[in-house]
Amino acid sequence: MTARIGVVTFPGSLDDRDTQRAIRLAGADPVALWHKDKDLKQVDAVVLPGGFSYGDYLRAGAISRFSPVMDTVIEQAKAGLPVLGICNGFQVLTEAHLLPGAMLGNDHLHFICRDQKLRVENAETAWTGDYRQGQEIHIPLKNMDGRYVADPYTLDKLEAEGRVVFRYLDMNPNGSLNDIAGVTNEAGNVVGLMPHPEHAVEPLIGSGRTDGLPFFTSILKKLVNA
Amino acid sequence: MARVVVDVMLKPEILDPQGQAVQRALPRLGFEGISDVRQGKRFELEVDGPVDEAALARIRDLAESFLANTVIEDFTVKVEEGAEVAEAAK
Repeated sequence: MTARIGVVTFPGSLDDRDTQRAIRLAGADPVALWHKDKDLKQVDAVVLPGGFSYGDYLRAGAISRFSPVMDTVIEQAKAGLPVLGICNGFQVLTEAHLLPGAMLGNDHLHFICRDQKLRVENAETAWTGDYRQGQEIHIPLKNMDGRYVADPYTLDKLEAEGRVVFRYLDMNPNGSLNDIAGVTNEAGNVVGLMPHPEHAVEPLIGSGRTDGLPFFTSILKKLVNA
Repeated sequence: MARVVVDVMLKPEILDPQGQAVQRALPRLGFEGISDVRQGKRFELEVDGPVDEAALARIRDLAESFLANTVIEDFTVKVEEGAEVAEAAK
């Protein structure tokens, strides 16, 4: 038995196919979902991929958040459906208020693309169970609007509750508060991060590392053992 | 037809690097004495029918849920007086 993991394609999504491939490499079945369909095709989990949905018009993720598919994703995420937002997907999740805080333009105003070192701060979410707490990983980061912000009360709450899932190491690439690269919701089923684990799943490409693969094996194990 | 203007600005405590870049360019253009610039967004909504309290309430909802992200931005809604006059003057 395996799990069916949906990947939503919005107009302007770029990494939907890479994400489907990563899911397949992990041993799960990827299911293509379309932004105009409310139907999630009975998938066991959903990934909102990277890209520039709706051209980042208004704010990154602001228009996608009101697409028909998101009505269902929001409803089911609140009921426990595991959801992962990568880059633009993370922006959609903050705009949908499934995750706290908001994303703004990088503080240096440039697009950034690099192999980024991260520390796994929470290995207990639905998407990080195959990492070790405190593990240091390298996965690609590529974005324009990667600056995570939240008010001081929310930041303190996230830190106190262990809801910062990933933190940037060695350098802060975008001015994110507390070096935050990814966060989770209270239940741990919704995770969002700016770097791209789906681009680090095969030794042949990229940095040669497969540090992103545990995202997809984590969720598979969680679903199959559930 | 009437025009309603929604202005959206980053909250004062949120860093605005675009505004800072504009401010830093000012001395080169010969503009002295401007210590801070913050950049925002302006939306001009052309409303069919009368802009009564009900219409304004709907626009405020729209601004709060969509045009602005109130986690990071503040907004104001105002009816633009004399919009038709300005249109005719073009």
